[in-house]
Amino acid sequence: MNIVVCVKHVPDAQADRTFSEDHTVDRTGVDGLLSELDEYAVEEALKLAEATSGEVTVVTVGPAAAADAVKKALQMGADKGVHVSDEAIHGSDAPATSLILAEAIKKATEGSPQLVITGMASTDGTMGVVPAMLAERLGLPQVTYASELTLEGEKVTIKRDNDASTETIEATLPALVSVTDQINEPRYPSFKGIMAAKKKPVETWGLADLGIDAGQVGLANAWTKVVEISKRPPREKGEIITDEGDGGTKLAEFLAGRKFL
Amino acid sequence: MGEVLILVDHVDGKLRKATAELLTIARRLGEPSAVHIGPGADTAQVTLAKYGAHKVYVFDDEAALKNLVAPQAEVLAAVVAKADPVAVLLPSNTGGKEIAARLAVKTESGLITDAVDVQAGEGGPVATQSAFAGGYTVKSQVTKGAAIIAVKPNSAAIEAAPAAAAPEKVEITLSDLATSAPITDRQPKAKSGRPELTEASIVVSGGRGTGGDFGPVESFADSLGAAVGASRAAVDSGWYPHSNQVGQTGKQVSPQLYVAAGISGAIQHRAGMQTSKTIVAVNKDEEAPIFELVDFGVVGDLFNVLPQATDEVKKRKG
Repeated sequence: MNIVVCVKHVPDAQADRTFSEDHTVDRTGVDGLLSELDEYAVEEALKLAEATSGEVTVVTVGPAAAADAVKKALQMGADKGVHVSDEAIHGSDAPATSLILAEAIKKATEGSPQLVITGMASTDGTMGVVPAMLAERLGLPQVTYASELTLEGEKVTIKRDNDASTETIEATLPALVSVTDQINEPRYPSFKGIMAAKKKPVETWGLADLGIDAGQVGLANAWTKVVEISKRPPREKGEIITDEGDGGTKLAEFLAGRKFL
Repeated sequence: MGEVLILVDHVDGKLRKATAELLTIARRLGEPSAVHIGPGADTAQVTLAKYGAHKVYVFDDEAALKNLVAPQAEVLAAVVAKADPVAVLLPSNTGGKEIAARLAVKTESGLITDAVDVQAGEGGPVATQSAFAGGYTVKSQVTKGAAIIAVKPNSAAIEAAPAAAAPEKVEITLSDLATSAPITDRQPKAKSGRPELTEASIVVSGGRGTGGDFGPVESFADSLGAAVGASRAAVDSGWYPHSNQVGQTGKQVSPQLYVAAGISGAIQHRAGMQTSKTIVAVNKDEEAPIFELVDFGVVGDLFNVLPQATDEVKKRKG
């Protein structure tokens, strides 16, 4: 079985993340890494590949530094990598990103991916919409936000936690799955894995390799535009008291003053 | 004025709070119409009329809700093709965002999610979002197609504005692809008697500082009529269910009042609650980063502070 995992290289959430002048995420001053939520997708792909003698291809879209995200996935155990990189991609919105990913997945699997796995959202944009867009573009059943997953033959079954219910969803392969951080414990790359990754093949493709016109992607062609970005002013320093036996009463007084009671 | 579609957010025909909020916001942008998918449109009609829906597009084929997400996007796309709306508003929860995602691709329209405010602007609606765990405020517009905007709960104070809510049937046949991910089982969450976390006006959350005892957190929440949340540390320790986790990988909440008890305020938690209107914290550690966010903070032991606050709240509420 061929399994494709989509991953994203993101700025470290622990660092001081900012925007560039063109309103895109500033990736220059901050260390990047494989989005934490994508580690769960890689882990699930590896487990399924081990159970089915499958092959895992990791795909990313991003500037040169994004190769690190592919490398990390290869170190964890993925078999090969695809890095789509092109200056024209800078500033692409989610619809354009999903277009590029969809074409890359098709090319990597000669048009017939069997299982595409993604994380639930990136840790920088956090929209969580690319998996659904990919399912739409690839014409695959969408089986997303899996907190549990089982694969029996061609049938994939997941559990999905919603606000008001927990659902069981089934689909027949080929399918697109996204996974949450509840699904597994991602492995750390072993020393052997790190060494082996150096020899694993990584293809670097541009837009032309995928038959995508530069006019379909990038900041200038995005279907949304940012009109204003402002750093949130520091919250007005609130009142902080030390409990001297009446902290709870004072807390209730504050809530009463704000008309919460 | 152009038509503005809102997707009715309901469970078996029972409307969720987001629906009236979306209608309230839609009236700022144009003439609201509701799209009701699944059973219960008859009962929903009264409320949809009350909050200003001029039309209600109804698609009551049961298959629409028995498959994940894709059918709802197909129905909406059909209504968009017919009504040519200026905007489509959906609830910004997991399902709502995924429906919006597919709709954006189908109709080649721009998409904004997690909006905490939407106002009319030159050249179309302007949506406000919070970025990088609340560190930035971003205002955006859709530049192509209908403005598809997923709006977080609690982003508008609901206002009644009666309208006709005239029903109109949507006549489409769902594609095979739309019915290719059937929902074979649906277990309602155990009823806690508390409001649902994402739509609650008040949320009281507990973290590592509870040491696993959520009793004081729950009692304080109940005195306020609040939902109960938990930090990732508390959930990872097995002290509270994941469905109650507030944070980047859990629920993102935006209530009127957020109380963090025994929660340090790591970035991953802040991403889930920083847009709350009023923030209160109780923590033993005066250096805890959560205190940078609060309107009111108590440095103290939650096991002393919360029970006392609970008693005082009950006394004041009589």
